[in-house]
Amino acid sequence: MSKRIEVTDLNVYYSSFLAVEDVSLSIEPRTVTAFIGPSGCGKSTFLRTLNRMHEVIPGARVEGEVLIDGNNLYAPGVDPVLVRRQVGMVFQRPNPFPTMSIRENVLAGSRLNNRRMSKSDAETLVESSLRGANLWNEVKDRLDLPGSGLSGGQQQRLCIARTIAVSPEIILMDEPCSALDPISTLAIEDLIGELKQQFTIVIVTHNMQQASRVSDKTAFFNIAGSGKPGKLIEYDATTTIFSNPLEKSTEDYVSGRFG
Amino acid sequence: MTTGTAEVLRTRTRVRLGDRVFSISTVVAGTIILAVLAAVAIFLILQSLPAVFAQPGTLPSDAVNFWAYVWPFVFGTLWAAFLALIMATPLAIGIALFISHYAPRRVSQVLGYIIDLLAAIPSVVFGLWGITTLAPFVQPFYSWLTEVAGWFPLFAGPVSGTGRTILTAAIVLAVMVIPIMTAICREVFLQTPRLHEEAALALGATRWEMVTMAVFPFARSGIISAIMLGLGRALGETLAVAMVLSPAVIVKFAVLQAQSPNTIAANIALQFPEATGLSVNALIASGLVLFVVTLLINVLARYIVSRRKTFSGAN
Repeated sequence: MSKRIEVTDLNVYYSSFLAVEDVSLSIEPRTVTAFIGPSGCGKSTFLRTLNRMHEVIPGARVEGEVLIDGNNLYAPGVDPVLVRRQVGMVFQRPNPFPTMSIRENVLAGSRLNNRRMSKSDAETLVESSLRGANLWNEVKDRLDLPGSGLSGGQQQRLCIARTIAVSPEIILMDEPCSALDPISTLAIEDLIGELKQQFTIVIVTHNMQQASRVSDKTAFFNIAGSGKPGKLIEYDATTTIFSNPLEKSTEDYVSGRFG
Repeated sequence: MTTGTAEVLRTRTRVRLGDRVFSISTVVAGTIILAVLAAVAIFLILQSLPAVFAQPGTLPSDAVNFWAYVWPFVFGTLWAAFLALIMATPLAIGIALFISHYAPRRVSQVLGYIIDLLAAIPSVVFGLWGITTLAPFVQPFYSWLTEVAGWFPLFAGPVSGTGRTILTAAIVLAVMVIPIMTAICREVFLQTPRLHEEAALALGATRWEMVTMAVFPFARSGIISAIMLGLGRALGETLAVAMVLSPAVIVKFAVLQAQSPNTIAANIALQFPEATGLSVNALIASGLVLFVVTLLINVLARYIVSRRKTFSGAN
């Protein structure tokens, strides 16, 4: 269910503007990798290149390779739609489909692949996905109510349930807790720890405690100044990054001296 | 100390001149619209009463009573508007979707201007176009349709020799309502939250699946509003229908025959110059009926929009 990600010499552009320069890193299966760095350093942009969501923005393009278990996502003839079915994504703000019930939200992705799902299969999938997102007990009696009626933290877990319902190999999370209160944040962090058993997880976060709590490895991105491209400064085990980083700027950032 | 704060509060609550002028002018504007509506309604009702309670034989076109008189026109109005919307709605949604989600930015801008321009054409021009160009152009198709599909009641013969049938009128109406419907649909489609579109794409939706998952559900009430506005215009449109149609006082679903049911508004425009006495009251009463029909349709639309409010995304 989980796969290795290898990125080599990746440059990310918005039209002619180079947003992220020359990133190479390798992410192991069934691990949690955190991307940290100041705002505008390109970590979210880089994250979105891992499931080709970057190119949804007009003019955005990518040079270099992203290999998932050896297959280049950017090879000619690769369908971004199929890439996104393998690499799921959870966004910064909870975004359940407002016109769908909780049940329909969970099934939204799998209905795309397989419209004629039997009723019992659908029920099983809804339950297993919501259990996987630690949400089942809270919503099992109101599956037909709108997903937008849930609290922010519950909505975010509903979005995670929706993502895991299509059984991706990898889950990308773009600051999944930044719009949530501390208790909901804790619930999501616990969930990330459990999801790691099955999925490869990459998370962008502004919260360094969160990065140190949930991740196995951490990548620090930085930017030399506005208008300059973001770069990967250091990538190592989370304990190393937070206790004994190689680079001075990493140490300054994680110890709160800037950013 | 306490007197000090009390003084401050007193000066704060004093109403400024600008606020007063503004609030009075809004109240006046709000009242005027109610007064005008009331005046129109009272005029319609008072002038209608003689026709509604008319004796048999005194009404135009030898109608038994007022309802028998007005029914063919109500039917013609609804039928023409319905046909127009059947054609205009899918087209308007398609154009709007193309502009908002498919076309390159430059193309969509130009297309948007052209659509807006279409809305600025006076209805008399549409009427002229309908008579001189559209009717002769579609007539051969109508003949062909009656030959091939004449067994189907809608396309039953004998075909109109001029092409000036209710279907032609409906096509003209459709062209007239497309701009407003497209403009509204386009605005609503563009307002779809990016978050929802990306949510759909990230689940592995194709562009069309993204549109059906995120854009259409979000735009549902907006689409209904657009249809209602189009319907309002189609129901009330006078000149184009009056020019294109060769009218008769009948109730008939067939759309290709020379004798077509007339609409209320077109009938008023055609008959009013020569009407006297009770005929005038009958025409005004038919106007009141049009008013009520439009009102009912609007109420129905609001009901449809509000029925699934909890799922609208407004919460």
